[in-house]
Amino acid sequence: MPNITYLRAMNLALHEEMARDDRVFVIGEDVADAGGVWGVQKGLLQKFGRNRVRQTPISESGFTGLAVGAAMTGLRPVVEIMYNDFITTCMDMVVNQAAKLRTMSGGQLKVPLVIHTPGGGGTCEAAQHSQCLEAWFAHVPGLKVVVPSTPYDARGLLKSAIRDDNPVYFMEHRLLYNMKGEVPREEYTIPLGVADVKREGTDLTVVATLLMVHKALAAADALADEVSVEVVDPRTLVPLDTETIVQSVRKTGRLLVVQEAPTFGGFGSEIVRQVTEQAFDALKAAPRVLGAKSLPMPFSPQLEKAIIPQDEDILAAMGAMMP
Amino acid sequence: MLRRNDCADLLRHMYRIRLFEERLKRYYDYSGYFQQNSPEAELERSAGLLTSTLYDFASKGMIGGAVHLYIGQEAVAVGVCSLLRDSDYVTSSHRDHGHFIAKTANLRGALAELMGREGGVCGGCGGSMHLYDRQHGFLGGNGIIGGQIPLALGPAFAARYNGTDQVAVTFFGDGGANQGTLYEALNLAANWSLPVLFICENNLYAATTPAAIAFPGPDIAPRAEGFGVPAITVDGQDVLAVRAAAEEAIARAREGHGPTFIEAKTYRFEGHCGSAGHADPEECALWRQRDPIELFRSRCRAEGWLTEAEQDEIRTAVCAEVDDAVAFALQSPLSDPRHLCRFEI
Repeated sequence: MPNITYLRAMNLALHEEMARDDRVFVIGEDVADAGGVWGVQKGLLQKFGRNRVRQTPISESGFTGLAVGAAMTGLRPVVEIMYNDFITTCMDMVVNQAAKLRTMSGGQLKVPLVIHTPGGGGTCEAAQHSQCLEAWFAHVPGLKVVVPSTPYDARGLLKSAIRDDNPVYFMEHRLLYNMKGEVPREEYTIPLGVADVKREGTDLTVVATLLMVHKALAAADALADEVSVEVVDPRTLVPLDTETIVQSVRKTGRLLVVQEAPTFGGFGSEIVRQVTEQAFDALKAAPRVLGAKSLPMPFSPQLEKAIIPQDEDILAAMGAMMP
Repeated sequence: MLRRNDCADLLRHMYRIRLFEERLKRYYDYSGYFQQNSPEAELERSAGLLTSTLYDFASKGMIGGAVHLYIGQEAVAVGVCSLLRDSDYVTSSHRDHGHFIAKTANLRGALAELMGREGGVCGGCGGSMHLYDRQHGFLGGNGIIGGQIPLALGPAFAARYNGTDQVAVTFFGDGGANQGTLYEALNLAANWSLPVLFICENNLYAATTPAAIAFPGPDIAPRAEGFGVPAITVDGQDVLAVRAAAEEAIARAREGHGPTFIEAKTYRFEGHCGSAGHADPEECALWRQRDPIELFRSRCRAEGWLTEAEQDEIRTAVCAEVDDAVAFALQSPLSDPRHLCRFEI
């Protein structure tokens, strides 16, 4: 299997889906000639032309609204928001329009729209370019939320997101873009709503997303002699594969959620709630969420590290879960 | 070229909106969020405050929630929509009954929707501010001021993408004209020559805020010219003037020459929301002298297009349509919560 980057995997998915379905088009800032500031749209302009690769002015509300309207009337837009922080400028189009149209119209309309956008910190870009806002969107009924952690998942999930008839918030992490992983040559999709057990174990379940999946895996390896850690990546927050998570906790009796988003009011709390409600009897220790501190991300690398969970924090949290 | 049949259609559509809304006034309660006959409710009623109503659907089976009447502005919706095909698209605001009726003529679906019934055009999921009729190209009212404007770019974009000559129309008020979405949308539509009509219904008030304190000058249309979008100001009480402006704009859009901005000077004869009357009764009385229906009737008589009797016949026929819509809505079962599961994802 070829070893390709997460970026290339997303790019491949776009190439494949645009070739497969004429209704799919990409729209966003800098996506045409430059192939996107990240390179997600590389080569699309040359292959599919300007009609299907629409570079926009900096008007997130305008072009996201356009995409919602186009989705309502038969096209399948893939919007790029350059940083997930910028989505605040078009929040109405995502939350009040895209998410609600299917229900408000009594099912007359569907909105097959993908909004993909990178998030995450650790890049010294400070408070307005470093957030993980996925929990906001998971909280809004009507949106699906996808958070892939590997090239394999990114390709398969992006393809499914594009084929889905509901609006999908698809969040990447910038520090994953250049991460390589094995991806089959042949085409495949990954259904939305199926978690992946990234590492099997028997003593402790760690549920992690995005970059934290890799940090959790490294920590699990480091502790391998003392604790047998199972790492579960939900891959999609909506729909959430609660069954796989609960099954894992039933086996291990311990749950630690590791997320890059702030702990307070985050999605980890939702996972803890579901596990507590469904498998309280299986728990040997209080479940815990390890996430960022509730502070706007500071610029200095030293300060940034103090906010986002670091390797040693994850190791310590894992250790503290054990008797 | 205006034909006799066109005149009858224009009058019929304006009556559909007017009589539909006059009738639905009977079916909503305005006791506010308070207990009926409570001192708070009385205070609210006497102050004419804008609010929505909390209604006992099950026992009274009528209309609840926020209802924004379009009465007084009929010439705008009808003037524009009379030239559209089912395959053209419209997005509208919270004050959407008029546009919905002008585009779809679906009185039954609208009234049952307002009454929260299964027979409603959205099965009771949308309500007054969220009427949709995809088959007839009506892509919704919108509860967010200005939210509908970028949405209209989508079907216009899709038309260009697919190589069809469909057009999209977005209706918004003077209130919506101060949202940033309009300017992002004007810029995109102009840049990409999208077949969009921006119809600004300047009824002089955004809820209670007079346009006089929300705009630096009396006219909104010139703003569009800054984007290179042809802009025109019309008398929004004159259905033929609106129609003439729309005709040119639609032709331009269908031929691939891009968007047009039309500012229609108009007035709502009712309060912003619910059954409270207009906040300025004296000003309202002056505008009522320029009732779009009466103006058009006079014109039809003067030009010999329709006789008084023919006009009355149209009115009577529309009355029957409204009766039929009421009967349809009342016999339709209340929306069933069991049907909600189809929206789960």
